[in-house]
Amino acid sequence: MYDTGKIIPGLLVFVGLVTFPIWYGFVSADGHLPNPEKPTKAKQCVESTEFMRTSHMVLLNDWRDNIVREGGSRHGKTADGTEFVRSLHKGCMDCHTSKRKFCDECHTYAAVKPYCWDCHIQPKEAN
Amino acid sequence: MIEKALSGNRLYWAWLAFLLVIMGVGGLSYVQQFNYGLGITGMSRDVSWGLYISQFTFLVGVAAGGVMLVLPYYLHNYKVFGRITILGEFMAVAAVAMCLMFILADLGQPMRALNVLLHPTPNSILFWDMIVLNVYLFLNIVGGWVMLNAEKKEMPPPKWVKGLIYLSIPWAISIHTVTAFLYCGLPGRHYWLTAILAPRFLASAFAAGPALLVICALILRRFTAFDVGKEAISKLVTIITYAAILNFFFVGLEFFVGYYSNIPGHMHTLDYLFFGLTDAAGNVYDNLVLPMRFSMVIGMAATIALLFPGMRDTYTKIGWLCGMIFLSLWIDKGLGLVLGGFVPTPMEYITEYYPTGIELMITAAVWATGFFILTILYKVAISVKLTKES
Amino acid sequence: MDNSRRKFLKIAGLSAIAGIAAPTAFNGLLKGEAQASSASGGGHGGTGAASGKRYGFVIDVSKFARDKGLAQRCIDACHSIHNVPDYGNKKDEIKWIWTDGFENVFPDHSHYKKNADLHDAPILTLCNHCDNPPCVRACPTKATFKNPDGLVLMDFHRCIGCRFCMAACPYGARSFNWRSPRELDAAGNYKYIKNPKPEFPTRMRGVVEKCNMCAERLAEGKIPACVEEARGANAMVFGDLNDPRSRISKVLARKFTIQRKPALGTHPSIFYII
Repeated sequence: MYDTGKIIPGLLVFVGLVTFPIWYGFVSADGHLPNPEKPTKAKQCVESTEFMRTSHMVLLNDWRDNIVREGGSRHGKTADGTEFVRSLHKGCMDCHTSKRKFCDECHTYAAVKPYCWDCHIQPKEAN
Repeated sequence: MIEKALSGNRLYWAWLAFLLVIMGVGGLSYVQQFNYGLGITGMSRDVSWGLYISQFTFLVGVAAGGVMLVLPYYLHNYKVFGRITILGEFMAVAAVAMCLMFILADLGQPMRALNVLLHPTPNSILFWDMIVLNVYLFLNIVGGWVMLNAEKKEMPPPKWVKGLIYLSIPWAISIHTVTAFLYCGLPGRHYWLTAILAPRFLASAFAAGPALLVICALILRRFTAFDVGKEAISKLVTIITYAAILNFFFVGLEFFVGYYSNIPGHMHTLDYLFFGLTDAAGNVYDNLVLPMRFSMVIGMAATIALLFPGMRDTYTKIGWLCGMIFLSLWIDKGLGLVLGGFVPTPMEYITEYYPTGIELMITAAVWATGFFILTILYKVAISVKLTKES
Repeated sequence: MDNSRRKFLKIAGLSAIAGIAAPTAFNGLLKGEAQASSASGGGHGGTGAASGKRYGFVIDVSKFARDKGLAQRCIDACHSIHNVPDYGNKKDEIKWIWTDGFENVFPDHSHYKKNADLHDAPILTLCNHCDNPPCVRACPTKATFKNPDGLVLMDFHRCIGCRFCMAACPYGARSFNWRSPRELDAAGNYKYIKNPKPEFPTRMRGVVEKCNMCAERLAEGKIPACVEEARGANAMVFGDLNDPRSRISKVLARKFTIQRKPALGTHPSIFYII
């Protein structure tokens, strides 16, 4: 192979750069895993924990499109018959009262920045 | 072939560096606009489109103008355009690229631009404009590039490319028609609500596009060994002349309909653009009167001049006259058409628009980016043609 | 000879089929988003939306002329519950409902020697919630749409800020967020939204907004905030235009009313008693 002395180090630098996010995460992680605060007000969420963990954003989008665009109902019922308001502000945040202790826990860890609160007014944190 | 763009003389590199500086300053201006919002421009609730959309509209015309070469050369096998057609195709590419950048610069939420694809809306003309512009970009870049590559390799071009090139001919008409539909389909904006808008757009496009092309060809002739040929320039000038005559005829029709029918809505914007409006309090609004009158005078003067053989017998004269026509049409369509359409407002108020410095910098940067693309493409095209000949 | 004639007939036949089929297909495309094209054959009336409802207002101009402060109270009621920012300048201005002169609201009507009552009467004006809205036709992302109850609404999540709808609206009813409405002052409060209501979102910069006929209140069985404010003076009537027994239908049957720019075929749902 020609130019082995240039190609191999070059490849190493390239691989190092493209994997930067992965090893940077290893190096800088403080071992703290996200631990969102569980609400005390209700035992069960509107869907299973597994579903909510992976797809809460899909659910929020569906509620939004259904209510805003299709004139859908603003109220829903869980499997065990508990009524809830299909609303981020009046529903979700009614139980999960603290954005900091609930939403931000995972979002910060996963470095996602949802834009919910760019428009919706964030509930006051109790501290 | 792109490697041809990597070697050039000092003038070539200095020109690219100059464009890069403008692009850099404009890029920084865009960062400011992105962070603050479009309020950093001169646009307002009353004049809700400004320089960005008017430049976009004008440049769609420049892009469509390329068809004035593609059609005679490919459809009628008009050999005289053999060397200049590739310049027309690549100019279309640069112009459409600028159009897309101007649209993006004008969006309040540019990060959501792909919503247009995510939620396709066939009743919106903007949806169709997005489609026709992107397809036209594709047709010209592929058509031009493949033909050039075949020429370089001295091989006949693949058969399928002819199909794309033929398609690009009606497609050129479509991009400017659809762009006119953006305006002339809106109720309550009287200046735009006219069936002559699409034909007028096309006429001005077929004058402005080739005019810019003639200027580019003359510049290339001056600074490089590439000469498109006297006959090609001469034929192109004839095309420009007739297209410009049609354009001014159409403008005249607007004046007749407005002032003879005496319907206020049909006269208001023309009054504003050419004579100035005065409101009940006595304030005069006439910030476009001087440019618009200047546009008409130089445009018509240059068009009439081009009818006389004695006025088109040297490249210098041709260059100046084409420059005048281009400038005239740029003012008419790149300023008056869009800005004038918002005066008066639907509530019959008059708000004048002045672009801000940041807005001007971003606009300049998009133009610079367009010329950067154009320069690179022309460098490749010329290198291929000249290598083959020597 | 024969061959070419057959060819010609073939082409002619195919063109005829295409000619017949194309408009149908095109109409189908246009109606794909049914909300965009509910125009019934001309006229200034119009039909209903999916639910059969079509909400509208009647505005009694004389009542507003009698009580000069009423219009402002209606505006404040609307703007405060919807977190509409007040920048204090015309360039950034955002308004959902406002007053204007008769000649501005009704430029097509004669105001030569106009009725003395109208000279300084503030005419309340807002989105017309057209039955055939040009803004909905223009929007490239369906961010503005007609909902099942005939309200023309904005989906702020989806708007890309192209402002095509602003150019399309013949009533000047739409405003754009030229800057962030959430700018903070030194004390950390919103500079331009005085008493933000947490129940309703603010907007973000770069999206278009306008009157939503209080869709969020209608969902709770309430009437629009401006109508509630004007109810005491009996200056506004709200209801379903498609329901012949509704109060608004009865008022419209009894009184002569006008709409804004009816000649444009937009079929406004706001009626004025002059």
